[in-house]
Amino acid sequence: MPIRFRDPQIEMAHGAGGQASRRLIEGLFAPILFGASAEPLTDAAHVKFDGAQLAITTDSFVVKPIRFPGGSIGELAVNGTANDLAVSGARPEALVVTYIVEAGLRSEILEAEVRAMGTAAQKAGVRIVGGDTKVVEHGKADSMYITTAGIGRALKGVVIDPASVKPGDKILVSGPIGDHGITILLARGELDLEADLTSDTRSVFPLVEVLVRAAGPGVRWMRDPTRGGAATSLNELARDCGLGIVLQEEEIPVRDAVRGACELLGLDPLHIANEGQFLAVVAPEYADAAINALNLTLGGEDARVIGEVREQPTGAVLISTRYGGSRIIDMLVGDPLPRIC
Amino acid sequence: MCLAIPGKIIEISSDNPDTALIDVVGVRRKVDLGLLQDDRPVAGDWVLIHVGFAMSKISEQDAAEQMETLRMLGESEAAVQEVRGYGLDEPSNRPWDGRNRVEDLE
Amino acid sequence: MRFVDEFRQPELIARAAEEIRRLADPTRHYRLMEVCGGHTHAIYRFGLKDVLPDNIELIHGPGCPVCVLPMGRIDDGMSVAQDPNVIFAAFGDMMRVPGTHGSPLEHKARGRDVRIVYSPADALKLARANPDKHVMFFAIGFETTAPSTALTVLRAKAEGVRNFSVFCNHVTIIPAIRAILDSPDMRLDAFIGPGHVSTVIGCRPYEWIAQNEHKPIVVCGFEPLDLLQSIVMLLRQLKAGEAKVENQYKRVVPWEGNRAALRAMGEVFQLRSFFEWRGLGFISQSALRMRDEFSEWDAEQRFSIPGIRVTDPKAAQCGEVLKGVLKPHQCKLFGRECTPEHPIGALMVSSEGSCAAYFNYEHRKQAMVNILSPTA
Repeated sequence: MPIRFRDPQIEMAHGAGGQASRRLIEGLFAPILFGASAEPLTDAAHVKFDGAQLAITTDSFVVKPIRFPGGSIGELAVNGTANDLAVSGARPEALVVTYIVEAGLRSEILEAEVRAMGTAAQKAGVRIVGGDTKVVEHGKADSMYITTAGIGRALKGVVIDPASVKPGDKILVSGPIGDHGITILLARGELDLEADLTSDTRSVFPLVEVLVRAAGPGVRWMRDPTRGGAATSLNELARDCGLGIVLQEEEIPVRDAVRGACELLGLDPLHIANEGQFLAVVAPEYADAAINALNLTLGGEDARVIGEVREQPTGAVLISTRYGGSRIIDMLVGDPLPRIC
Repeated sequence: MCLAIPGKIIEISSDNPDTALIDVVGVRRKVDLGLLQDDRPVAGDWVLIHVGFAMSKISEQDAAEQMETLRMLGESEAAVQEVRGYGLDEPSNRPWDGRNRVEDLE
Repeated sequence: MRFVDEFRQPELIARAAEEIRRLADPTRHYRLMEVCGGHTHAIYRFGLKDVLPDNIELIHGPGCPVCVLPMGRIDDGMSVAQDPNVIFAAFGDMMRVPGTHGSPLEHKARGRDVRIVYSPADALKLARANPDKHVMFFAIGFETTAPSTALTVLRAKAEGVRNFSVFCNHVTIIPAIRAILDSPDMRLDAFIGPGHVSTVIGCRPYEWIAQNEHKPIVVCGFEPLDLLQSIVMLLRQLKAGEAKVENQYKRVVPWEGNRAALRAMGEVFQLRSFFEWRGLGFISQSALRMRDEFSEWDAEQRFSIPGIRVTDPKAAQCGEVLKGVLKPHQCKLFGRECTPEHPIGALMVSSEGSCAAYFNYEHRKQAMVNILSPTA
């Protein structure tokens, strides 16, 4: 299959989770590695072995600074992998991890990350069953990069398939958006902003389990909106199911401090990364039960219905206000950039 | 041009009267007050912030008057005309609100 | 958020929209220009076109300091960035604007030291923190931003920070409005005036628009209620056959402007005799350069700038779109060679650029039917 990726060089935008990333994956990796498969790309793949259905995923973690309010790269690695499995409709079971460490890194920093990873794994109920380590020259790894591969057991009665999404289905979010990305932006220290914000990194599986129990047959799709934010995940959904998504602006939960930082910097919370939230599409008859169950669960108090699926606008996401105004929410082009104009 | 956001002055820096800490719903940043040196704000004042500099003091009175005008939209046309007769749009007719405005110095 | 949320209340927005509907003469087609790119962005962000009647047309003006910068000036800035001892600092708005050899972000990908700053003061901070490097701040913006750059240069001089310079691309708003009004293709009824520029220059500089050109102009804030109230005020003037300057944004804009800001600007900058604007051509007395006393902090004096004029690709119609003569989708490259992902001109990059706003908003909505009605 011919490759369709024409960009002359790789830019940061290709890793930002938005349109450029999609172009790279769909245009270069997919045609070469996945051949003629026309299936939409998912967070985790489900494979069948002698009647058992396993979910398998891989992820990589590149974050600067590696320690930030609310967490560190080690926790992101465990939770991020567990979340990819969870939103594919699987219980996270085990993962293997590779550390690529920069020469010159103080050992206590590495130790702190390994401990953080162990603690996060325990909390998330996953076993770390193996790994690898490489050391690269000073300056080649921003302290350290972590990659993981995770496996999980498919949950019974849950089929995640964008093709099953229908007009009238409701869009749910598990909690406030934008916490992680803004925390990281502030932690970099370049913008001189301070706020009482922490990363939302956590395993979302407990909430996914609650959702599945309350709305199992009605759960059509889930995703954890990491890089690129909720806007990117929802645009991918709209494109994959060929329908439209309409969000209600006042229903989207955003913490005050995230809102303040976004207003100051000219950013949109819908484009900001999350590490402890998920989006779900649920059949309308199950939506109330789903939200009630989530709201009663620790960590799910802020879950909301934020919109619904419609016939139009085909393949696009619209956000509307209470007074009847609306605008298109696009996928991010590259990383969100602060603006002054 | 001009992304500018209202923020509240939390404190003026003790070693530099041109620097203040402002708060925007819990987000804090130091801003430069150098452009307001003719009419220095104090802690508790609200200012308009653009690229890390305070551009103008925000008048709570003008904001309240504006809200009142907006609430009256759609009331009878006569009521609206009456309000216009107060000359709220003309700077020279603006009631004194205790602020030291530049045009008042003329 | 105080002084923000009050001006976004849905019930009051509905009331203002109703008043607009009441005031607008159904037999008339109103052409209102919002000069300021920030207003273009606000109109798009709050979906305000959806609450206006069809006979009110909002035309986007040239008040986007990123959009009006000719590509040659970006190339000039990037040529300085090639020096390994230079840290190139600019606002986020500039980072994806295409130069002949790539945008600043693309240069960063190739190893140049390119940094995003939120404030010119942050650029000066970088200079203090990196004494062995030179920090060049690529300054853009109208009179809203120029005073902050000026104050930063004054601080640099006072502290004796020598490894800092400004590449000054500040432009002024009045010549741009004049160029619009002088354009034979332009037919406008009134102006929605720039709110934040006016916190510096005040409302007097617009008086000639009302007195000589007989067009109403209302200095307007950036929240939905500000925009709608300004349109109410413009419609009232048009109905009464009046043409005057009004200040809708009183809570922030002083009629006489900000003297201290104007002083700082006057101390550091002087007007260039002429400057090239993308799409509007050369306009005299329309841009700022640094005074000779500050040549040490003037990047155009510290570095040899190529100063090559780069014209836009022939097919790109950035100029006509900037002037409001063409709507973005009427440009031959719109949506094809030129999209937000691979922009040809700055109007597609900048969040205030009319092409980007149109692409994300109008363009797709034209294909939609019954968006806000409930599903069948």
